[in-house]
Amino acid sequence: MQIAELSVLLVWGAATALTIALVAFAIDLGRRTEARADAHAEARTPVAVGAGSTTAGAPAGGSGAAEGAAPARRRAAGIAMSTTWLGTAMLLVAIVLRGLAAGRTPWANMYEFTLVGSFMALAVFLGMNVRKDYKFLGAFVTGLAVLFLVLGLNVFYIAATGVQPALQNYWLVIHVGVAISATGIFTVAFVSSVLQLVRDSRDSGSPYLQRPGFRWLDRVPTPTSLEALSFRLNAVGFVLWTFTIIGGAIWAEHAWGRYWGWDPKEVWSFVIWVVYAAYLHARTTRGWDGRRAAWFVIVGYLCVLFNFTGVNLIFNGKHSYSGLNTDSTGGA
Amino acid sequence: MSDKATYRPEGIHDAFTEGRGDDAPAAPGDGKQKPSGPNLPTLGWRGMLRWTWRQLTSMRVALMLLMLLAVAAVPGSVLPQRGQDPAKVLEYLGDHPTLGEWLDRFGFFEVYSSVWFSAIYILLFVSLVGCIVPRTLSHARALRNRPPKTPVRFGRFPATAEASTTASPDAVVDAVATHLRGPWRRLPTFRVDVGAEEPRLGRPATRTVAAERGYLRETGNLVFHLALLGLLVSVALGQLLHYRGQAIVTEGRGFANAVVDYDTFDKGAWFRPASLSPFSMTLDSFDSEFASDTVAFAQARDFTAHVTVTEPDGGQHSDQIKVNSPLTVDGAKIYLQGNGFAPEITVKDGAGEMAFSGRVPFLPEDTMYTSRGVVKVPDVSKGQEQVGLIGYFLPTAVVEEDGSARSVFPQPQNPLMVLEVYRGDLGLDDGVPQNVYRLDTANLTPSVDDDGQPIKLLVKPGETVELPDGLGSVTLGEDVPRYVALDLRYDPSLGWVLTFALLALTGLAVSLFTPRRRVWVRSWETTDDDGRAVTHVELAGLARGDDAGLQREVDKALAAVPGVADGTSDDDTTDDTTDDDTVAADHQRTATED
Repeated sequence: MQIAELSVLLVWGAATALTIALVAFAIDLGRRTEARADAHAEARTPVAVGAGSTTAGAPAGGSGAAEGAAPARRRAAGIAMSTTWLGTAMLLVAIVLRGLAAGRTPWANMYEFTLVGSFMALAVFLGMNVRKDYKFLGAFVTGLAVLFLVLGLNVFYIAATGVQPALQNYWLVIHVGVAISATGIFTVAFVSSVLQLVRDSRDSGSPYLQRPGFRWLDRVPTPTSLEALSFRLNAVGFVLWTFTIIGGAIWAEHAWGRYWGWDPKEVWSFVIWVVYAAYLHARTTRGWDGRRAAWFVIVGYLCVLFNFTGVNLIFNGKHSYSGLNTDSTGGA
Repeated sequence: MSDKATYRPEGIHDAFTEGRGDDAPAAPGDGKQKPSGPNLPTLGWRGMLRWTWRQLTSMRVALMLLMLLAVAAVPGSVLPQRGQDPAKVLEYLGDHPTLGEWLDRFGFFEVYSSVWFSAIYILLFVSLVGCIVPRTLSHARALRNRPPKTPVRFGRFPATAEASTTASPDAVVDAVATHLRGPWRRLPTFRVDVGAEEPRLGRPATRTVAAERGYLRETGNLVFHLALLGLLVSVALGQLLHYRGQAIVTEGRGFANAVVDYDTFDKGAWFRPASLSPFSMTLDSFDSEFASDTVAFAQARDFTAHVTVTEPDGGQHSDQIKVNSPLTVDGAKIYLQGNGFAPEITVKDGAGEMAFSGRVPFLPEDTMYTSRGVVKVPDVSKGQEQVGLIGYFLPTAVVEEDGSARSVFPQPQNPLMVLEVYRGDLGLDDGVPQNVYRLDTANLTPSVDDDGQPIKLLVKPGETVELPDGLGSVTLGEDVPRYVALDLRYDPSLGWVLTFALLALTGLAVSLFTPRRRVWVRSWETTDDDGRAVTHVELAGLARGDDAGLQREVDKALAAVPGVADGTSDDDTTDDTTDDDTVAADHQRTATED
């Protein structure tokens, strides 16, 4: 029991570290905005050249300007990144301890999905930052992770224990593991698409977004770069989701005697798959690319969230593994 | 058709084409004036068909159908479905008579086999075929194409690099071509053409390389879509050929794989009884395990059915069925879908005659296996009434002060049966099939005590208890046998479904992650500032769509150039627009200057 309690403590610790990271990321984003405004005023021409040097995959254009203008000002970014690493590491340890306490793979109920899903989103974010500067996503990714973790601790928490016979299978590791990885990637892609839409609205003169409070939006990459980023992530997420569905079908064939039975979870996994498929088609359809395609990402991600929360809690299907309601018969 | 109005070949006078169109002047005296305004071409039914086909196979309509499909799938998760839970549907219809009737009329309780859902996905697949077949043909032609010629100027490409080297242009071109082709002769990374150019645009004669990779991208895309089609066909075939039987088997008993031996039996339209393999099976014993710790008290941990299978050829072997590991016999799979207790119950009527004896499956209703069962006793002796017993079986019973009893653990540690007794006409002589798990008590007389409360008889295993009102006696067997609910499924399409699903996954991954890139190299001899002869090398890269790795590809190709003195790769040649179309258009322009 002590291991399980330590795990919970570590999750709280991770949530705290990530909250600090969230604040630091926000400060960094705000300061970089000022730095850019200053730099623009002081040395217009060289900065403009630097800022324009964004290639297809490097939305960090112009970060050199901020660094050159005031290196000290990126201290917030450094704090943000180290606390994110710390929080993610604590979360990882918490997940491992949870698995040890329960004596099985630590992703078999909603509380555990929340932990691992948040961890995956953070890991994807950190992995992206190893090679390039994607820190502008940080405030949003850590923000969502903190939200999910606190929700998980307060609403979805159940004590660590074993699982029912239907879940005792190696497919639990594969099917659910891949599903959570896909969710983590979809989360980061969702952030990118939301930023794309907001930035695009500001660029095209939305009066609300012209307020000084939204000046930080100039510091995020162009809508085109954000779209490209979102697509690359969603492409990976979509392939993983396809695998999730296929793996789930194979497992369902083993456990329930049919590979597809329109169980609520299956329905919503199908809906998510179709929405992201529509997104991939919209991107290549004239008149549906850009903003409209981004809306598909947002709808798709809302479906992912609903599939995780609503379907588990509202509908009574075969996937009701939240562990929060125990009214189902123990029958196989 | 519509082109006729605007298309005027050069050099041909308008008068030459006038009056030769479909819209010949109306004959004089026709009486009808043609309406003024633009002459809209009439489509006719053939044109109409062609127009419909074009629309249907357009990406825009495919997109609409995809969105519709997503929306149409949702009601099936909100409303109860006949295929999944017919009892819930009946309950819903009872609760919402008017709304329910209308929903039923439009197939909302069988969404996934409803006309509108089927229409959407069938249209989607028609659209897919209409889109994929022409693309497959054109891709088959494109597979034989050579890479496009090296463009004249490299300046506007998204990725470029240049360098000077001491090696000769021929050596440069050979080295880069070898690098781009990659290590496998059979499966080159790039398709490479090496060429030469005459002196022009202030350049001396040059050697060039034109290379293209990523043909697999479109191949993967086509494989993905064709595999979806195969998946649909396999699933449909499975629906037609499958069969499924469910049987309840108690310990020590068995069943044979024959239609009559199943409690319920579903089959596809093309099912033939010959596909039932004639094996039989006996349930030797059934084990269950439940958690006894406080955290997950009474949660199921393991179910195992130990069985003996008798093959059609007479051979016998022992095996076991668990929840996650079905038993495969001759291509059919047997699943363990449920379990419970089937107490041995014997009823003697008021005259002392044996009226009922047998194992009665009790269906578990909660996690403690509080199970409900019904015994329908016929009137075997003259003058006796039919008797109905509604029983609860409690595996580990606790009897409270007030006489009520409940189960506190799913294992039979202190078994107890609680019975309510009804008498009257149970309808057993009507010949109408009845649900063996339900007793309609509406027209029956309950046995009550002096206060008018229904009498509850408590029976322990091995005990015999007198029924009230002189109806006889009931005996519960010493041992309480377990039963398992088995589900046997046969679907010959499973292998195909899996194959096509994995093919679709592979095609999808290939089409999304294969980069489609073109790389060009131009190399010529020149002199440097000191007047020494050097070789100048220029490289350019172009990608379809967003491609973060393009510059790296060009840099790697540059690195393959032998004897490079100083290399400068510049990745700032493009502005923020990485739009495929713009770049492609630039390329087009560059190419046409050639």
